[in-house]
Amino acid sequence: MMDLSIVGTNARRVEGPDKVTGRVDFMDNMELPGMLHGMLLRSRVPHGRIVNIDTSRARRLPGVHAVLCGQDLLGMNIDPFTGPAFKDQAALAIGKVRYVGDPIAAVAAVDRETAEEALELIDVEIEELPAVFDVQAAMAPGAPLLMERMVPAGTFADLIELLGGDDVPATSNAAFQYKLRRGDVDGALARADRVFKDTYSNPATQHGDLETHCTIAKWENSGKLQVWSATQSPSYVRIMLANMFHIPESRVRVMVPYLGGGFGSKLYMKLEPVTTLLAQASGRPVKVRLTRKEEFLTITKHGVTATLTTGVMNDGQIIARDCEIMWDTGAYADIGPRVTHKSGYTSAGPYTIPNVRIDSYSVYTNKPPAGAFRGFGIMQVCWAYESQMDVIAREMGWDPVEFRLKNLYHDGDTHATGTVIYSLGLEQSLRAVADAIKWKSDAPAERNRPSDVPSPLGQGGGASSTAPIESPLRKTGSKIVRGKGVACSMKAMITPSVAAATLHVHSDGSVSVLSSAVDMGQGSDTQLSQIAAETLGVRLEDISVVHPDTDVTPYDLITAGSRTTFHMGNAVRLAAADAQQQLFATAAEVLDAAPEELTAQAGKIWARSAPDRTLTFGQVMFKRFDARAGTLTGHGLFETYHAPTDLQTGQSEMVTAHWLCGATAAEVEIDTETGQLRILDIATAVDVGKAINPFACRQQIAGATLQGTGPALFEEMLHDAGQLINGSFADYKIPSFLDLPDQTTPIIVEHPHKEGPYGAKGIGEAGIFAIAPAIANAIADALGGARVPDLPLTPEKILRAAREANAPESSR
Amino acid sequence: MKHDIEITLNGQVQRLTVESHQTLLDMLRDDLKLFGARESCGLSVCGACTVLVDGEPVSSCTHLAARADGKELTTVEGLGSASAPHPVQQAFLECGAFQCSYCTPGMLLTASCLLREIPHPTLDEIKEYMVGNLCRCGAYPEILQAIQLAAGSRE
Repeated sequence: MMDLSIVGTNARRVEGPDKVTGRVDFMDNMELPGMLHGMLLRSRVPHGRIVNIDTSRARRLPGVHAVLCGQDLLGMNIDPFTGPAFKDQAALAIGKVRYVGDPIAAVAAVDRETAEEALELIDVEIEELPAVFDVQAAMAPGAPLLMERMVPAGTFADLIELLGGDDVPATSNAAFQYKLRRGDVDGALARADRVFKDTYSNPATQHGDLETHCTIAKWENSGKLQVWSATQSPSYVRIMLANMFHIPESRVRVMVPYLGGGFGSKLYMKLEPVTTLLAQASGRPVKVRLTRKEEFLTITKHGVTATLTTGVMNDGQIIARDCEIMWDTGAYADIGPRVTHKSGYTSAGPYTIPNVRIDSYSVYTNKPPAGAFRGFGIMQVCWAYESQMDVIAREMGWDPVEFRLKNLYHDGDTHATGTVIYSLGLEQSLRAVADAIKWKSDAPAERNRPSDVPSPLGQGGGASSTAPIESPLRKTGSKIVRGKGVACSMKAMITPSVAAATLHVHSDGSVSVLSSAVDMGQGSDTQLSQIAAETLGVRLEDISVVHPDTDVTPYDLITAGSRTTFHMGNAVRLAAADAQQQLFATAAEVLDAAPEELTAQAGKIWARSAPDRTLTFGQVMFKRFDARAGTLTGHGLFETYHAPTDLQTGQSEMVTAHWLCGATAAEVEIDTETGQLRILDIATAVDVGKAINPFACRQQIAGATLQGTGPALFEEMLHDAGQLINGSFADYKIPSFLDLPDQTTPIIVEHPHKEGPYGAKGIGEAGIFAIAPAIANAIADALGGARVPDLPLTPEKILRAAREANAPESSR
Repeated sequence: MKHDIEITLNGQVQRLTVESHQTLLDMLRDDLKLFGARESCGLSVCGACTVLVDGEPVSSCTHLAARADGKELTTVEGLGSASAPHPVQQAFLECGAFQCSYCTPGMLLTASCLLREIPHPTLDEIKEYMVGNLCRCGAYPEILQAIQLAAGSRE
């Protein structure tokens, strides 16, 4: 066992002093000499043909330096279309608008007031077209099509279906289909003891990161493009801007400061194309920053409808599951296909089901584009399968925890995709949360259970009770009920993927870590510092992390999908080991020992056989260069690989190099007169592999839990004929102090990953997967099985579900 | 229309000329280059732009700059520094009461008022008082802990 001194400690955030004094540099703090401010004119109709745009009056307004519309882009030597899955979104709408909020024209002016005034002077003539506002309408025969052609971007290796795909005419609004076939689903459903078919849905929601999108672009006279942007994907942005302007990647420099949250909203290209075009047209640096209202119109989390048909045997074994999942990806695909794909793998849940059929569709509608949100779709599919698990358990009279344990995946099992599972601490996670809320402590007072057969899976462990409960929720005459629920989930991390890191040892022995990982609040600078310090053998304070700057920090796929600690952590570990090897070669000469005999800690190097004789890193550097001079550079490259996938069945020997997982248990209290809900306790456990920083792990898990209560209980984007009607934080609430559960318990499970840095796994998303179904299952436990199939779980819906369940004609 | 105003900002008297439509937030960020107050919702519901006007928390994104004439303003830059932090700042650091920290200056300023008004608040009093400051990262548990720690350290 390794003796660790820095990995595994609760090191404080390296940037803490800047953050608690408000001095940390966010994107919008930045200004450049001569900088202009850009603003966007957006479509007011959901679907229409652009007949004419007259920008002449706007151009004449004093202070305006550039006005652009889609038509202008066609006359330039650029590729105006971008998109991480399909090249379907132009920097400004060309030919058609596809949603209310679609950017039509852009202005760069001396200040925001002038830019706003100029927008008012642009005359737009649009001929409205029939529009589709939900997936059902979009998939109906004869539905108006949003796209004329489908042009795969071919950018990402994991989207195998789109690699080498042809530019073809669009025949429906389905942008993408993910398919999985394993075993004989129809045969198994026919012989199952019971078959359950249920449909669950959740609406589009917002990321709500408090910092809005912001980008600055500047063209050098030499032709080099400099971009500063609040983005989670600097390497991707560089490649795409190089493609767009037909210039080498080396002439595009993308820099990223700290982010004020991301959660997936700041992935891929967002403001970078239009800002860069405005800078080019005006010949000046340009900043574009979105307002909160525009934020609502830029990117969302997918609304989803999922229908699951599940066959179970009386012994508690699930033998078949059919999943039909419709993803409303809005007017542009953005990364919708990857969301559909990545969550497609595990749409049947974390269970050993021998017969599985999954059909997931990513469908265009005339609404704001949906993209990545923390979890890449796992929240949505988990909502469906973990809701249905409790329906089945209740109907069959089984304990929900025991039913899950009977069917759960473990290391060595073959997943529905055909990939053998490893490093999955799911059972430990589920048991940990059940214990945390004392799952078995309260005997259920009453439960609708078939009385003729004894349950093979134990008796229910919930908390339903008719005893009077003292509660702040209590109103005169109202009845308070309590319930407990659990839910669990797993995800296949994006594979293949690439992360690279560079590590410089300076002449005094201090160290810079160059990484394109973006610290958006999750604390990656601190964890990467801990890994670098531990591996190299220096103190934490010797390390400085260089923020993404594509001129100097090497390629990293994206900061998303819980991949940074695992991938970039490994790249940094390899870079540190490489640098240490070089230092040891020099130190070995001085210490008169073999390099293999050397060890390093806290900035000192010694031979294990002679621990009294030590050299500092600075002394070794001096010896190496014979002066206070020089840089030693270590390189680290970490790649994961997948095995070829059969596109008809989705079967592959290796769909992912990393399974992440988590479980949540909740105890709730409901006022049956008002439907008002109070979360008494919510415990979330995540398998972190090895906690690089236990405090940071718990903070991520608790933060994900609390963020997850918003879409579970009240968040929902509401549209009327394509017009967003609650596009502000006044009308769209996110969780506040008063929405906090009485108790939030984050739990670390350490089931080491065989390839993780020090065994560490990715965790950023896993804490949010199962929040909504755990709460819904607790509600059902409290209300005798009454369920709300459509998120969010508002008091109104809870009340309605309770009343319907209690009505005598109700069947379930 | 322009207005000449005189304010006491973080203890220093300043004379400024502001536009009628200019918000306090724009004045601080655009004219004075103080970036601790941040725009997020633009509607005074999230608290990221909180500053103190005569000691009271105010959403500077909807507060007109001209109304600050004759007032005493405190921003996070005036609350404390890295070398001499306010007890609330010290407590936020010790408790790790932030993730992205976009909300942190607003949290700090509101919490400093809370502890002035109620030196030893209960958990419910903290939640009630702080409800106008939102944290999307969900660092609420650490923030509550930090405010309680700061309350204890003031004795």
